[in-house]
Amino acid sequence: MNNIIVYIETQEGKIADVSLELLTKGRTLSKRLGCRLEALIIGESVEFHKDELFAFGAEKIYIAEDPRLKFYTTLPYSAITIALFKEGKPRIALFGATPQGRDLAPRVSSALSSGLTADCTSLEIGDHKEPRGEKEYKDLLYQIRPAFGGNIIATIINPDHRPQMATVREGVMKKESLPVAVNGEVKRINTTKILTAPDFIVEIIERHIEERKIDIKGAPIIVAGGFGVGSRENFGLLSELAKVLGGEVGASRAAVDAGFAEHARQIGQTGVTVRPKLYIAAGISGQIQHTAGMDQSAMIISINSDPDAPIHQIADYAIVGDLNEVIPKIIRAYKNNSK
Amino acid sequence: MRRSFKIVVLAKQVPDTRNVGKNAMKEDGTVNRAALPAIFNPEDMNALEQALRLKDRFPGSKVELLTMGPPRAADIIREGLFRGADGGILLTDRKFAGADTLATSYALSMALKKMNPDIIISGRQAIDGDTAQVGPQVAEKLSLPQITYVEEIGELCNDKFTLTRRLDNGVEVVRTPFPVVITINSSAPACRPRNAKYLMKYKHARTLTEEQDNEHNSYLPLLSLDYLRITEWSVSDVGGDESSYGLSGSPTKVKKIENIVLQAKESRRLTSEDKDIDELIKELISLHTIG
Ligand SMILES: Cc1cc2nc3c(=O)[nH]c(=O)nc-3n(C[C@H](O)[C@H](O)[C@H](O)COP(=O)(O)OP(=O)(O)OC[C@H]3O[C@@H](n4cnc5c(N)ncnc54)[C@H](O)[C@@H]3O)c2cc1C
Repeated sequence: MNNIIVYIETQEGKIADVSLELLTKGRTLSKRLGCRLEALIIGESVEFHKDELFAFGAEKIYIAEDPRLKFYTTLPYSAITIALFKEGKPRIALFGATPQGRDLAPRVSSALSSGLTADCTSLEIGDHKEPRGEKEYKDLLYQIRPAFGGNIIATIINPDHRPQMATVREGVMKKESLPVAVNGEVKRINTTKILTAPDFIVEIIERHIEERKIDIKGAPIIVAGGFGVGSRENFGLLSELAKVLGGEVGASRAAVDAGFAEHARQIGQTGVTVRPKLYIAAGISGQIQHTAGMDQSAMIISINSDPDAPIHQIADYAIVGDLNEVIPKIIRAYKNNSK
Repeated sequence: MRRSFKIVVLAKQVPDTRNVGKNAMKEDGTVNRAALPAIFNPEDMNALEQALRLKDRFPGSKVELLTMGPPRAADIIREGLFRGADGGILLTDRKFAGADTLATSYALSMALKKMNPDIIISGRQAIDGDTAQVGPQVAEKLSLPQITYVEEIGELCNDKFTLTRRLDNGVEVVRTPFPVVITINSSAPACRPRNAKYLMKYKHARTLTEEQDNEHNSYLPLLSLDYLRITEWSVSDVGGDESSYGLSGSPTKVKKIENIVLQAKESRRLTSEDKDIDELIKELISLHTIG
């Protein structure tokens, strides 16, 4: 079939945003390649999701339903995915870079000896010629991701192995349904033919799912702090500004690693991707892994005492100065000028 | 019934990418890897601690490290010995070089077949790539179950371990038989420090390669004690299909590396003076960005 397939993850009866984002991207890729966009969904009772998947452009949906598949566990989910990929031979397979996708995709790629690129920030189609011109490849998936220490962007390809597999984090790609849903088909997978008793040797005995309390993705204004903020206490200054402006506090990885802020606030390649209308970056140097998660913000203000900090180059307003001085002034100026 | 386990910790030596400072940049703006210190991958340290705790709980258990890398990655094994591990193996061979995660997993799984452990523990991911792929791929190659994102290895009951997994949105407790591959999160307890007794005992532990290196044998006594020998394995020691190792065994290829040139927007430079800040806020309010 040589199509594009997206693994659809469900969380507490809802399709994960990242799966819909991947379908949205998959539409562009399948149009470019002239192939079909497909989806695989696994669970106890998941058929009711099909309309939403058609609305996001899936032309064929594989459904694996079985009471034993109520919750994700590695072995049965990977057995089904591997069986389907072996039979259908997709050319591209996309997974969300969630704990589930990051558990499943490598297992599948190992079984199929196909390559897998983690945390892509962009996916494109393009050709490839071997350096010595021995071989030419048409229409490969360019899996693009920042790499190593932040100042390079690597384009990864899998010339000879299929499927070409990639994971993408939530929020990196746009999510857009079609104005008119696709009139697609549903194919049910016979799970009893694939699953065997040893697939169920790991049992889940308890689950506590907590609603994510911190939601910086939806915030219209984000005040983000970096290592330059200096301490957890000093992050209070950012919270104050965020409160005054009606926004949320975000952080760089260096700030999270140093314990200044919770992990759920991390923005960037390995955190969340945000597109607020205003992003204030204080004490953040602006390494690519950070900016990958925020450079689509409608407006960026940087506050950094180093005039050469890279963050200043992507800012609309670059304030060269000490954040401890600047932030209280912003709060004061806002209070004086609003109302 | 008394039980003891053979535990292998997968650990990687990585460049410390957490703080790529200005001095780590070359003139042309690329990263100078040589200027970055090589460290024990942080989550592999959490994994080592879990292995050592199992050894404490189940006397008679043995903890060994397995690492793949250049000869200097013997440091990883020594670090493990200093903290309570019993031994380790360094997979080192030019033929392993250029491996992506799949070829790495193949090499590790071939070595693991030879070592034949009951429990394999590694960090969730390495900081130089953040892929989290090697654990699951090793498990698949050995046809073992994998439990990822683990924070705690709990009780053993009827030959099954209870493990607590820490996910983005909560906690999951699972029960698994062994052999099993477990990957450990950074939210698990930190590794115990080096132990003075082990530091003394293993100070001179080294590989054959290190011993043959002039710098070393000029003033160190010849190795007379077996426990001081860190084993090195090459492709011929682990066997398997040569073309599945290293570059040739890697389905993913790097097509292009671009140095980042940040696109300069038309940005306005401001100072921290009251006048500048005041104007900025007025402008943002008039643009309805805030207020
Ligand atoms: C695989 C991988 C994935 C990564 N993923 C992410 C990610 O998702 N998100 C992320 O953020 N990073 C990520 N990183 C790390 C990233 O490369 C940087 O190390 C990190 O973003 C740096 O954080 P920072 O800017 O806060 O710290 P630093 O680089 O230390 O910068 C601190 C800045 O604060 C300024 N400063 C200091 N004091 C003051 C003051 N008083 N007033 C004003 N300015 C001041 C300094 O001039 C400096 O520019 C990743 C790295 C790797 C290798």
